Amino acid sequence: MKKGKFTGARIIVKSLEAQGVEVIFGYPGGATLPIYDELAKSSIRHVLARHEQGAAHMADGYARATGRLGFCMSTSGPGATNLVTGIATAFMDSSPVVAITGQVPRPLIGNDAFQEVDTTGITIPITKHNYLVQQAKDLPHCLSEAFYLAGSGRKGPVLLDIPKDVQLEEFSLNQVKRPLLEGYNPTIKGHPGQIKRALGLLKNAQKPVIIAGGGVCHAEAQEELKQLAERGDIPVVYTLMGKAAFHNSNPLCLGMLGYHGRVEANTAISEADIILAAGTRFGDRSTGPLGSFAAQAKIIHIDIDPAEISKNVSAYLPIVGDVKNIIGRLADLIPTIKHPDWTTHLKEVAKNHPLREIKKGVMTPHILTVLKEIAGDPILVTDVGRHQIFAAHYFPVESGRSFITSGGLGTMGFGVPAAIGAKLGHPEKNIVDIAGDGSFMMTCQEIATAVEEDIPILVLIMNDYCLGMISQLQDAFYGKRYEACRFGKNVDCAKLAESMGAVGIRVSREKEIAPAIEKGLSEDKPCVIDFILEDTPNVYPMVTGTSLMEYVE
Amino acid sequence: MKHTISILCDDIPGVMTRVSGLFSRRGFNIESLSVGHTEVSGKSRFTIVVKGDDRVLEQVRKQLQKLIHVIKAWDIKQDDAVEREHALIKIKLEDVKKHELLQIITAAQARIVDSSGPIWILEVTGDTRSVDNAFNLLNDYNILESIRTGKIAIERETSRFISG
Ligand SMILES: Cc1ncc(C[n+]2csc(CCOP(=O)(O)OP(=O)(O)O)c2C)c(N)n1
Repeated sequence: MKKGKFTGARIIVKSLEAQGVEVIFGYPGGATLPIYDELAKSSIRHVLARHEQGAAHMADGYARATGRLGFCMSTSGPGATNLVTGIATAFMDSSPVVAITGQVPRPLIGNDAFQEVDTTGITIPITKHNYLVQQAKDLPHCLSEAFYLAGSGRKGPVLLDIPKDVQLEEFSLNQVKRPLLEGYNPTIKGHPGQIKRALGLLKNAQKPVIIAGGGVCHAEAQEELKQLAERGDIPVVYTLMGKAAFHNSNPLCLGMLGYHGRVEANTAISEADIILAAGTRFGDRSTGPLGSFAAQAKIIHIDIDPAEISKNVSAYLPIVGDVKNIIGRLADLIPTIKHPDWTTHLKEVAKNHPLREIKKGVMTPHILTVLKEIAGDPILVTDVGRHQIFAAHYFPVESGRSFITSGGLGTMGFGVPAAIGAKLGHPEKNIVDIAGDGSFMMTCQEIATAVEEDIPILVLIMNDYCLGMISQLQDAFYGKRYEACRFGKNVDCAKLAESMGAVGIRVSREKEIAPAIEKGLSEDKPCVIDFILEDTPNVYPMVTGTSLMEYVE
Repeated sequence: MKHTISILCDDIPGVMTRVSGLFSRRGFNIESLSVGHTEVSGKSRFTIVVKGDDRVLEQVRKQLQKLIHVIKAWDIKQDDAVEREHALIKIKLEDVKKHELLQIITAAQARIVDSSGPIWILEVTGDTRSVDNAFNLLNDYNILESIRTGKIAIERETSRFISG
């Protein structure tokens, strides 16, 4: 290479280094080998996953646990299509992931070449933005734009599709264009007039409620939210994505709202006169049927994305901007208020509608309770299903970024790889994945990755030999006709884990729960505990009617 | 209701797919779409005519505005704007009384752009109503082919343009 000249692959790795990237999760192929050749010379750690979906979830888990960008990489064609589920998962939950995919060389694009797919075409609807990089000299500004876009405004995945010959092409840095993003100016500061109006509404409210969404977690506005809620004496409900937005044991915390929400949370929403919704997109799992949602309330909607305002639920007062900035302003300005009638009433509702009792035994709620006692304040990662909702209800979370779940896409198989990513972001913390047996088997091969890369995560499988959430739906809505939801009992997940070099423990008796968890947490290897559930109750409350107030509890 | 959406964006590959995808994923059928360069190099302007629920279209507009290369997307109010559409119409002359056709062409405010053989090509320019009207008048003749550009629209007075 001539002096002052770079190859595309070189500049990719240099840009990642300049960005301070510690780790990239990937899986190689012919179309990314030039990048791997450069990566070998770099200090950036590469974690070789066992499936590209795993690599994408790892990057996502890393991003969610740290707030920094998560990076993943795959080859063209099947590598790229395998990333898709992971990218879509990140997109639905606004997680800042940067995906790099190899593409066939430029002269072959469009010819149905070996391992060619239209990666940018496929990923337009599931990325914040994507690039097909046409020339090596475009790489520096495409990369810096991609990093900026993924991590600013409403965060989200950005993909760069880079043809192999672009990776090999030489260019000199002085050919580089400056980035220009005229159409992209996220609003950060909330409009002062709107904030004043919101304050007026909150001051005069008799029955105020705050809905804390995932945006509060992304913005790390926990402290501001706590101040606002406590000064204004405003009860807080959270969405699944917003669980870590508010200390779950704060007396003002009413728990999760929505389709699987707590009765007191849904009651608060249904009776409130003023709702302050922060960083939530009013997803259908949170609102239930829209026609009856928050029928008494005027809604103040704070969101960084103007397109979320009045998308699902009409906002009486929108405030576009960064949740931390806006809640912070409100918290500073709100006088100390009390709503004793309202809070007492809600406490009464809570008392009359407790969650189902936690029975001792090898059952998910009890296991979660034991875990809480032993592990304290770990980062809890979940998969998708009944166990996920149990985790949302029975595992109180205290600090930000400590509850990681696929809320928007509901991706089974998210847990193990996301936990691996989270552990690399926070090696000092305990990372515990609550998995269902169905979810676990979707990406369990990544246990091998965790072993080889020395990433000690703890996986707790709530094994009911069943797709529990599916059977719950068939129970409630399909006349108990259980179809395609039962698994055979042939798989021994503990042995499966052991075969990959992890510690595997099988637990089928109540008294083994605590020792197993203690052992799992003390291991310096990944550990999988297969809890053979003795009873597999459905998870309640569950909304079954046309409003949040029609439920089974 | 029918809406006319105007989009000012960077002129780069892929913008069209991104824009049209936001309509198609919601099951909207784009009635017409025209796009071309503007007075600023590197910027294009779309005019899209689409029928649909006002609320949903406002949602689409916001999503369009979110596209990284879209500088502005807005709904044009018909009363405040000048709108034009262009059509080319190919007519076969056999059995046609030429002077009658010429009268119709005048009434339809069409122009003959090619009359060299037994097949004429006419052009019509105007707002959508007058182009529709021209088609109505010419319907009795043997139209072999016709094409319309789709509407372009520009607002009177206030310039929306954010100079780049
Ligand atoms: C990739 C994927 N496929 C299918 C589904 C539909 N689904 C939702 S929950 C569920 C069952 C999950 O079973 P399991 O992981 O064993 O957890 P459990 O409900 O038993 O706790 C299924 C199949 C999904 N969410 N994700």
